[in-house]
Amino acid sequence: MNYVIIGNSVAAVGAIRGIRSVDGEGNITVISRERHIAYGRPLISYLLGGLITEKRMAYLPEDFYSKHRVNLLLNAEVVGVDTGSGVVHLAAGDTISYDRLLIATGGDPFVPPIEGLAGKERVFTFTTWDDAAALKGISHDIDRVVVIGGGLIGLKAAEGLHLLGKRIAVVELADRVLSSAFDRSAGRIVAKKMKANGIDVLTEETVVRVEGEGGEITGVTLKSGDFVPCDTVIVAIGVRPAAGFLTGSTIEVNRGIVVDDTMETSARGIFAAGDVAEAREFFSGNKNPLPIWPDAYIQGDVAGVSMAGGAKSYSGGLAMNSIEFFKVSTISMGITNPTDPDSFEVLTYQDTENYQYRKIVIEDNFLVGAVLVGSVERAGILAGLIREKIDVSPFKERLLAHDFGFIHLPREIRNTLFAPMGKVA
Amino acid sequence: MKRIYTLEDVCIGCHLCEVACITEHSQSKNPIKAFLHDAERQISRCTVEEWDGGIVSLSTTCRHCDEPDCLRACISGAIQKNDAGVVRIDTEQCVGCWSCVMACPYGAIQRNLAKKKANKCDLCPDRKSPACVDACPNRALIYQEGSQK
Repeated sequence: MNYVIIGNSVAAVGAIRGIRSVDGEGNITVISRERHIAYGRPLISYLLGGLITEKRMAYLPEDFYSKHRVNLLLNAEVVGVDTGSGVVHLAAGDTISYDRLLIATGGDPFVPPIEGLAGKERVFTFTTWDDAAALKGISHDIDRVVVIGGGLIGLKAAEGLHLLGKRIAVVELADRVLSSAFDRSAGRIVAKKMKANGIDVLTEETVVRVEGEGGEITGVTLKSGDFVPCDTVIVAIGVRPAAGFLTGSTIEVNRGIVVDDTMETSARGIFAAGDVAEAREFFSGNKNPLPIWPDAYIQGDVAGVSMAGGAKSYSGGLAMNSIEFFKVSTISMGITNPTDPDSFEVLTYQDTENYQYRKIVIEDNFLVGAVLVGSVERAGILAGLIREKIDVSPFKERLLAHDFGFIHLPREIRNTLFAPMGKVA
Repeated sequence: MKRIYTLEDVCIGCHLCEVACITEHSQSKNPIKAFLHDAERQISRCTVEEWDGGIVSLSTTCRHCDEPDCLRACISGAIQKNDAGVVRIDTEQCVGCWSCVMACPYGAIQRNLAKKKANKCDLCPDRKSPACVDACPNRALIYQEGSQK
């Protein structure tokens, strides 16, 4: 059996382990357009800010590829998939044939057309090790930066540059930063911390023009007419599934590559996982791209096991993020901004002064979402309650307590988790 | 693999498991030094929870899951499962992003805020059985072969 995996990040790693848990014999080939072995992609902001060295970027133990007997093709871009003859085409002209194919190409940063942007030298996106290295390489010469987009990527880029002593303005279209993963209160707390660190946070704003002669940037003009001086622009509006190379193939691509619960695409024998895939969401069952690290691993694992003929099924994607901004810990999971307030019950605790916030979202006695800022201790217990669909009505007031734990849950749950054989002794 | 199981009926809430854990992972391996004099005070990898003034109590700790959510969430690769099944964290590699804290449904990962490193049970690699189990005066902690769930 020839397994071919396009992409070499966390979904690919989950898939390699998944395949090898079922099939110790088949050939695994991994093709990556990047020049690095698998690395901790979210660590690029730590690398930029000088919090870690390049040595720490490696995501896997040194012997991973040899131990799992993986042929690794780096610096190789796949430009097409021929589903009829079962081959992938590389940019260099070679072809590689597969019996089972996994597409785990992740996302491409989205750069909208902005007047004056084209032809400017210091315009960066921030999703790869090389992006971080390029920025770091010229950082001695950077003075002021405008970050377009106040989402997770934009804020982490801003934080990394702030650690290098740069002057930064973040321009965000929505009325707050982190609008997709966090709610208004959490966004406000993070923005407050950023401002306290000297970062300008400009919400309900957008860059209409990048100013400067030739390749040089002198600043940006905003929708409001304000001019923000800068020499470097980072575009961090979002990522889109990197599925462009499938144009013209028979594989169904909506926003991402559409997959079923075994991660198989519309084409038999071809699977997709991670940021490029469009899989079932946990609550609604709707299919959506979900660019979430742990979920990419899980999708990769399901795909790998399925490709090798094992039985494993995806339980649905649950959005969750744990990010620290300027030493304020934040964790969000599930539904954090319920659209219809009548069908949800929302409990909150807030102490903005001390950067503490806790929000619990309940629907029909089930926990469906949480936002924690500051004290994030044991947040995963909440994730477990969401995934296992536990009735939280007997102890829901307790969910807001910082010391919430298993002791507040029904005894049967504790025993199932910690003494599964009943009276062990 | 061998795992630690908790019998809440016989737990007396004495917290000796936490004392033993802190001592075992200290530099001196002496409880007084570990708590008072060592340069760095360890954080217990097991957590005793109590209710109603201690009428109900139990010690919770890592299950060393077959498919660890912490490992899957870890962005730096610091968390790995070794061939014996023990889920371990490489403290040097950890960047303190708390993704494992977010993901672990057992609440079994602690935050060392001073060092900005995650902290978890390693099943005491230098011992025949974990220090918490050996320290439990009423055998509320059992170390034996068994499944995760």
